[in-house]
Amino acid sequence: MKRLAGFGRFWWNFVIGDDWLAAVLVAVAIGATAAIAHSHVTAWWLMPVAALLVLWLSLRRAIRS
Amino acid sequence: MSTGNAFLVLSAFLASAVEMVEALTIVLASALARGWRSSLAGVGAATVALAAITAALGPALTAIPLNALRLAVGALLLVFGLQWLRKAILRASGFKALHDEDAIFARELADADGAERVERAGLDWYGFVLSFKGVLLEGLEVVFIVLTFGSAQHSIPLAAVGAAGAVVLVAVIGIAVRAPLARVPENLMKFTVGVMLTTFGIFWSTEGAGAHWPGADASILGVLAFVIVVSVALVQLLKRQRLEAATA
Repeated sequence: MKRLAGFGRFWWNFVIGDDWLAAVLVAVAIGATAAIAHSHVTAWWLMPVAALLVLWLSLRRAIRS
Repeated sequence: MSTGNAFLVLSAFLASAVEMVEALTIVLASALARGWRSSLAGVGAATVALAAITAALGPALTAIPLNALRLAVGALLLVFGLQWLRKAILRASGFKALHDEDAIFARELADADGAERVERAGLDWYGFVLSFKGVLLEGLEVVFIVLTFGSAQHSIPLAAVGAAGAVVLVAVIGIAVRAPLARVPENLMKFTVGVMLTTFGIFWSTEGAGAHWPGADASILGVLAFVIVVSVALVQLLKRQRLEAATA
């Protein structure tokens, strides 16, 4: 059980890193892009804007902590 | 070579070089404190493990439909790239200390010197495990980048060529100087890799989500320019904020 938890923690740290909120916001932005694209509205602009906002928020969180 | 493939080779090369410089520091500390034989055995075992992981995952990734692959890979690369970029921006703006290979080397050397000597299979176990873990953990990041980047671009061999070039270069320089490569502009390389991973993460996750870029693949250059401008602007902004806070 301890090894399993360690294995899970390793992959969490490896992929998600120290800012889980950034990963959640990226997932939300991709979901929103898919929703907009499937309603036949131009959606390519959303991910660059989302990446900028996520990066800014992540930097603020890192500086505050 | 197309723009996408050139970026692919360059990204794999730079990411691999950064990780191998860090692995070299650990291996050198282990070798000097515990002996070359055990440390090189650890490097060999980790290389075999990394090759097995690559061989197992590579073909599996290429079997996934391209749009689903680009969605998953795009999301992962974006999360991964934003992590690299955040750390590089924090270091460039002075909010985080620069990676100091000399200091890390001295710390690893002291730890390795002080550890108890236990022999297993004719090897010094501490030296073997230290080298094995160092190469495996740093190498996993390279494998991840090579496989995700390469599969989404349909060129895993090309990504592997970029990564292998960096491994050979760092190994040759490391053997020649037998000291940690402290003069490598590590943060600039990490910044560049972060920019590239973020660029491709944005591009592929958008395509995978079903949206279409104006100008198709050529828009990668536009996304790249956007990410560079935003990142450099954030470094300048944070630098100014830090100076204002220091003088207030």
